[in-house]
Amino acid sequence: MRTIGFILQKEFRQIFRNRTMLPIIFVVPFVQLLILVNAATMDMKHIEMILVDRDQSSLSRKLSDKFIHSPFFTLVKAGISTSSAEKEMLKNNTDLIVVIPEDFERNLYKDGKASVQLQVDAINGMTAGLINAYASQIISGYNREIVMSAGKNAFVNLAPKNIEIGYSFWYNSELKFKYYMVPGILVILLTIVSMFLASLNLVREKEMGTIEQINVTPIHKYQFIIGKLIPFWIIALFELAFGLVLGKLLFNIPIEGSLLLLFAFAAVYLIAILGMGLLLSTLSQTQQQTMFLNFFILITFVLMSGIFTPAESMPGWAQDVNMINPLAYFMRVIRMILLKGSEFQDIMRDFIGISVFAIIMLGLATWRYRKIA
Amino acid sequence: MKEFLGFVKKEFLHIFRDPRTLVILFGLPIAQILIFGYVIRNEIQDVKIAILDESKDPVTREISNRILASGFFQLEQNINSSDEVEKIFKRGRVREVVIFEPGFAEKLEKEGTACLQILADASDPNSAKMIVAYTQGIVSTYLQELNSNMKASLIIEPRVRMMYNADLKSAFMFVPGTMAMILMLVSAMMTSISIAREKETGTMEALLVSPLKPIQIIAGKVTPYILLSCINAVLILLLGYFVFHLPIRGSIILLFGETILFITLALSLGIMISTVSNSQQVAMFISAFALMLPTLLLSGFIFPVENMPKILQLLCYLIPPKYFITTIRSVMLKGTGLLEVWKETLVMISMLTIFLGISAARFKVRLQ
Repeated sequence: MRTIGFILQKEFRQIFRNRTMLPIIFVVPFVQLLILVNAATMDMKHIEMILVDRDQSSLSRKLSDKFIHSPFFTLVKAGISTSSAEKEMLKNNTDLIVVIPEDFERNLYKDGKASVQLQVDAINGMTAGLINAYASQIISGYNREIVMSAGKNAFVNLAPKNIEIGYSFWYNSELKFKYYMVPGILVILLTIVSMFLASLNLVREKEMGTIEQINVTPIHKYQFIIGKLIPFWIIALFELAFGLVLGKLLFNIPIEGSLLLLFAFAAVYLIAILGMGLLLSTLSQTQQQTMFLNFFILITFVLMSGIFTPAESMPGWAQDVNMINPLAYFMRVIRMILLKGSEFQDIMRDFIGISVFAIIMLGLATWRYRKIA
Repeated sequence: MKEFLGFVKKEFLHIFRDPRTLVILFGLPIAQILIFGYVIRNEIQDVKIAILDESKDPVTREISNRILASGFFQLEQNINSSDEVEKIFKRGRVREVVIFEPGFAEKLEKEGTACLQILADASDPNSAKMIVAYTQGIVSTYLQELNSNMKASLIIEPRVRMMYNADLKSAFMFVPGTMAMILMLVSAMMTSISIAREKETGTMEALLVSPLKPIQIIAGKVTPYILLSCINAVLILLLGYFVFHLPIRGSIILLFGETILFITLALSLGIMISTVSNSQQVAMFISAFALMLPTLLLSGFIFPVENMPKILQLLCYLIPPKYFITTIRSVMLKGTGLLEVWKETLVMISMLTIFLGISAARFKVRLQ
């Protein structure tokens, strides 16, 4: 026990006397949290739009007004030809071109049918879908207005049946994307800091040669591993607490569930991550190698964990891979506890999974670490 | 010149005698492209739902069947009371509950209107929005068929043209983004770490007292990484072209010109980082936090810049990959020429000059 105490003392001293690393550990992640949470948004507000009204009738002007006054669209240019509008799109100056063709009004009244052309810049498929949805919504809303005002006589039919669809969004009624992103980004920051710190720390001792000095002391393998893990474990838990406070104060994220449960899960999760970091460092000789290994694994795990897109919509094999992806567990659990107030029995399977993972990682790391150079 | 070549050879040996890093360097882009292509999906598919049917009549059964047959939804369980909703949402598998009111068909027949409730688990707001919209769509289609004896009325029909990407393939987004990210990783991160390593292990002193000029040391350091970056860029483009059928509509020469410009820019960033950091750890953390995460999130790679708050948009203008991604998308996917992307190109060139200037001013010929 005393030996571990001494190793801990040494590790903490090394961490706190490194003046350049301190701000990187404690300040940078939170600046990132601030910036990234604000950056990661899917709310479309300023869709740039060019209107080409070739009809210039009262109906087409009213439709144009609908587009101009919609909160989603910002008019960039109007009254230019279709071909010059397309050139603007080529220059990335607009996301959407609305073309109201000639004889729009006449066709609508004569044939009962007219069309409006929407040209969407679809390089980003996801936003293109949303832009299309918003624009179509405006058109169909306007359509309903015309039908209503076009005389209740000519166009009404036998009372149509109606199914009223009510809907409510639970746990996040205003659909704030931030509530979804803050826990996710916290997980990533926590993971980066702990995994990189742990693995780089050990390799650094290898690279500098100081590991040999430790190897010739009577310190046991497990004592050494514990001594290396605990400082980063404490730092990471502290960062989680700090991150939650920031998230509560700045973004007012809901904390529905038990914080104790969250920290218990985080504690096990961190053991798994730190164990993985140490294992990676036993597999490499230089910090550069470790960094790349870490980076490769981290980026794969982060992308697959369901940070941006729901893990449920991934193909089956990817969901199987996620069984060995600790980030996927924590990503799911932190959102369940914070946003929905899930309790222990709800997350029991994840808890068992991550515990098994932690034990395996720690075991492998201890087994791989050799007390020889 | 001979000394310089010798030095470059040393650098190549450093990189090539470490097969693990090499494997990762080429494995990473492949893995990333494949993950983006096959794993990251936004479609709604097989979402688990629960149904609370309090009337169990032909109409509600028909609607349930249609919802389940759509391919978007999968029945996880039938529930009998709305008290159960809370419990199953907390367990996290079921994402939507559809509730039919009692006497559904009867009300629809007699009063002409019946009520259907959709409860969605919005802890993931984006998919909740889509799930509700899809369910609404299925019910409305059913309703339209029910009312198909309606007379034709005034219909304004939107004709949508998805420009440049008719099938809304996500590869159009992530191939340029991944390219920016990998080039940033190889060029900026690797360079900064490898220079910081010489400082940390003390071999920088040996280099500084050698007949090599500082400029030669730096040039020698970056040469292998330029080569690696170019190979990676070509690899990613080939993957995009052959696996995801990404078109290359613009001039290939312009595409390569811009890519090489960006590689140089990333290298200059790497050199700049190495002048401010004395250890590999510092260099690595600066690269990871100041380069990688912003490249992923502030460059318009995943989240469009226009949606961000104004202050952040200003910040985005400082992110070099933003210009590269815009340029690549324009040249490769829209087929634009230099005339349309000269602004972005100019910004990248000026950034390059500034970074090189700062590095030259900060580069110390002496260690402390």
